Amino acid sequence: MTSTEYFIIIIVVLVFIVVFQIAKASEYVSVLKGEKKAFEQNNRINGFLMLVFLVTGLAAAWWCNKVLYKKTLMGVPSASDHGENIDTMMWITLAIIGFVFVITQVLLFWFAYRYQASEKRKVLYYPHNNKLELLWTAVPAIALTVLVAFGLYYWFKITGDAPKTAMEVEITGHQFGWEYRYPGKDNVLGRQNYKLVDPSKNNPLGQDWNDAANHDDLHPSEMHLIVNKPVKLVIRSQDVIHDVGLPHFRMKMDAVPGTPTTMWFTPKYTTAEMKKITGNENFVYEIACDQVCGVGHYSMRGVIVVDTQEEYDKWLASQKPQFLTAHPDGVPPAAKSAAAEATGTQTPEGKPVAQAEEH
Amino acid sequence: MSNEAVIQPGVISHEVHEHHGEHHHHETFISKYVFSQDHKMIAKQFLITGMIWAIIGGLMSVLFRIQLGYPEATLPWLEDIFGHWARGGKISPEFYYALGTMHGTILIFFVLTAGLSGTFANLLIPFQVGARDMASPFMNMLSYWFFLLASIIMMSSLFVQTGPAAGGWTVYPPLSALGDASQGSKIGMDLWLISMAMFVVSQLLGGLNYVSTILNMRTKGMTMTRLPLTIWAIFFTAVLGLLSFPVLLSGFILLLFDRHLGTSFYLSDIVIAGKILPNEGGSPILYQHLFWFLGHPEVYIIILPTMGLVSEVMSINARKPIFGYMAMVASLFAIAVLSFLVWAHHMFVTGLNPFLGSVFVLLTLLIAVPSAIKVFNWLTTLWRGNIRFTPGMMFCIGFVSTFISGGLTGIYVGNSTLDIHVHDTYFIIAHFHIVMGVSAFMGMFAGIYHWFPKMYGRYMNNTLGYIHFWITLACAYIIFWPMHYEGFAGMPRRYYSYENWESFKQFAELNRVISFAAILSFLVQLLFLFNFFYSIFKGRKVTTKNPWGANTLEWTTPINPGHGNWPGEIPEVHRWPYDYGKDGVDFIPQTEPVTKDESKH
Repeated sequence: MTSTEYFIIIIVVLVFIVVFQIAKASEYVSVLKGEKKAFEQNNRINGFLMLVFLVTGLAAAWWCNKVLYKKTLMGVPSASDHGENIDTMMWITLAIIGFVFVITQVLLFWFAYRYQASEKRKVLYYPHNNKLELLWTAVPAIALTVLVAFGLYYWFKITGDAPKTAMEVEITGHQFGWEYRYPGKDNVLGRQNYKLVDPSKNNPLGQDWNDAANHDDLHPSEMHLIVNKPVKLVIRSQDVIHDVGLPHFRMKMDAVPGTPTTMWFTPKYTTAEMKKITGNENFVYEIACDQVCGVGHYSMRGVIVVDTQEEYDKWLASQKPQFLTAHPDGVPPAAKSAAAEATGTQTPEGKPVAQAEEH
Repeated sequence: MSNEAVIQPGVISHEVHEHHGEHHHHETFISKYVFSQDHKMIAKQFLITGMIWAIIGGLMSVLFRIQLGYPEATLPWLEDIFGHWARGGKISPEFYYALGTMHGTILIFFVLTAGLSGTFANLLIPFQVGARDMASPFMNMLSYWFFLLASIIMMSSLFVQTGPAAGGWTVYPPLSALGDASQGSKIGMDLWLISMAMFVVSQLLGGLNYVSTILNMRTKGMTMTRLPLTIWAIFFTAVLGLLSFPVLLSGFILLLFDRHLGTSFYLSDIVIAGKILPNEGGSPILYQHLFWFLGHPEVYIIILPTMGLVSEVMSINARKPIFGYMAMVASLFAIAVLSFLVWAHHMFVTGLNPFLGSVFVLLTLLIAVPSAIKVFNWLTTLWRGNIRFTPGMMFCIGFVSTFISGGLTGIYVGNSTLDIHVHDTYFIIAHFHIVMGVSAFMGMFAGIYHWFPKMYGRYMNNTLGYIHFWITLACAYIIFWPMHYEGFAGMPRRYYSYENWESFKQFAELNRVISFAAILSFLVQLLFLFNFFYSIFKGRKVTTKNPWGANTLEWTTPINPGHGNWPGEIPEVHRWPYDYGKDGVDFIPQTEPVTKDESKH
């Protein structure tokens, strides 16, 4: 340990001892002064501190908001249409709970201060009042009903079916990274089987190469989306539960092994536009894993680039189907074995076919 | 239930115990302090074991806050203590995740469930219903010993080579089911599950006892509507535990099967560490349903007893009846029932059917109504009272403040639309730490300061109590208030480091402030512990039976009650426990018969 650390420990211990001695002394003082007098004094101090805490607390909350507001997404417009609804909902809710918060905290600490013990006061024997109780059952119930109604209206909009025009992108999580798959020209994501997953054979997603729909599927290293075009994400996991967290779009959905999930939204700003809006040159849409998934959870980062249609088309044209990476000759394994069978080098139950199904 | 039926068992047990009492001269050290069947001693055992756990769990949070607040610091003494877990003086990611997981497990189950309910249910039920002891003192003793066994197993998991469980306190499979997925999912996870199974047994033994004692052993005149709110709260807590813990156990057993017997309850389509697993057809979501079926009632198992404690201590020190006694009982009941119907609000983003999700939104926001009633009733209790700021009372006010703050954000996260954005971010951490961490501790402290004189016949030091209160309250807000903002930035929880994230790295400075406040508040808790143990031996002695001027029965027992609580007859009860300031009289104990010219309420 360094000398600074020893120093800190000594200070902490000394503070403890001093505090304890003061506390002990105060007990002796109260014996000398008389319990009653000491109690009255303590009560006044603590009653006053209640008021101090209330005022400082509210001031600190205001200051905290001033310092931190610009670091959050509250001042940044949502990058998706669903996110705009969520933001509206957020402000309505914040207004309501903020109002209740201030009222109740002020009452709490004010009552504590105002009604501190005094010889002169006679307490009010007030065990119940049905009208009051009915009032504060009914008012919260109504306020909450409004919030539920708003919330569910948006909830069904957000979780409803994606529009038919939506582009489809598959995102697959594994410890600790994301894989993306685009359906290619046919707009169909090819068949998959987790038993075919084999990164060493250029098949990290377990695509079944015997399904022709797989032959044009792309497997880029970043996710590109088109501004103002709805996108439907098909979310999968290969090992444990992950979560596709998109803070700027205000969206989130778990990736559950064995149960593909979906979520859809419409990006509203390209990455370049967001750089301007946020005033941050380094701005990127990040995909954050939001479900603890093991030791590398904090590093499970992905990037989404929102392009204009032209940029996107250009990017798409530069991508090569994964099928061609796995099969440079462009021939699917089933065709190969069929060819082998035809030339008599393999039996019908020959190995190449079986392997293709199992891996 | 008629009074007659209530009286019978009370009379019987009372006779038995009086006979029993004669043998207590031969009490040995072992039978008095170790294998004690006295509810008061068992309460102290739960409390002190809980305190030891709280220190361990709190220290863990200090360690991971060091990583979060000072990610670039290297502290060689960490390596001296923790070896390869902190190589080079930096907490390793494995260690970080293990710390977070164990912090949650320990604080939620071992401190705020066993330590809290175990202490106050055991201490207060026989005292306040007017019984010599629990319905089954032996089962009560077993309950503690199963808890201790669970504690020892959980503690031992901290010392195995691959470390304790590290997949979060909820231990979601497949992460927790596969040793290849995480170091913490190896032997540490088995020990975790076995420990929790023992814990469930302990809870069931305790809970059965609490319920049967409250229902059957009330003294003469103690009708259910004359019970103090502490007892009502503990009663509902015990019922919740009895109904939900078995479901948790079933979830854990299936998890053990998946881990060791090759079943596929929770596993499907998995490729891990390059291996393709044969399991197909299981669903990890099934586990989440089983887990949260306990997991949500669990947060009420934590908060309900403290609501009871706070209601009682607040009424006594405001010198005024609790406002709306029946509404308080009804809202406890409503919370207890609704708490079983809201579990899936933890699962809005798991791909849950949106319609099902909407039902849970409705029920979740419904539970805010009884919570609101309670808050308004507490506020009205303070209104026009004559408030004595004992340390217990201070913590009651702190409880209401934090319960409001954390409860209101519950309206935010319970609405599925908003939950999408803040789910699993720091907003959630802020929400639940304030509402069930800080609040529950506030309520527990209120209880400890208030009933310490009954437990040990001495007072705790008031000045230390005040310092403890003010620093704890201030630190709680400094720690958790700004976390809401981190949540509004979408900053995910359970990250070891945020340095490489463009979206979240702007909070480095804030994280330092939070860590500093966390360390300070931990040190202040040590001050409390010092006060507690010092006062057991050296505190100011209690000189009167009823030092707070309270109405309930425990203050009619001798200052240091023996086993059996009352030396003579168990007193008879004639009124409800909240006659403070009635007809200008400061307080009228429950044992006082109602006089003719007394006003009615």
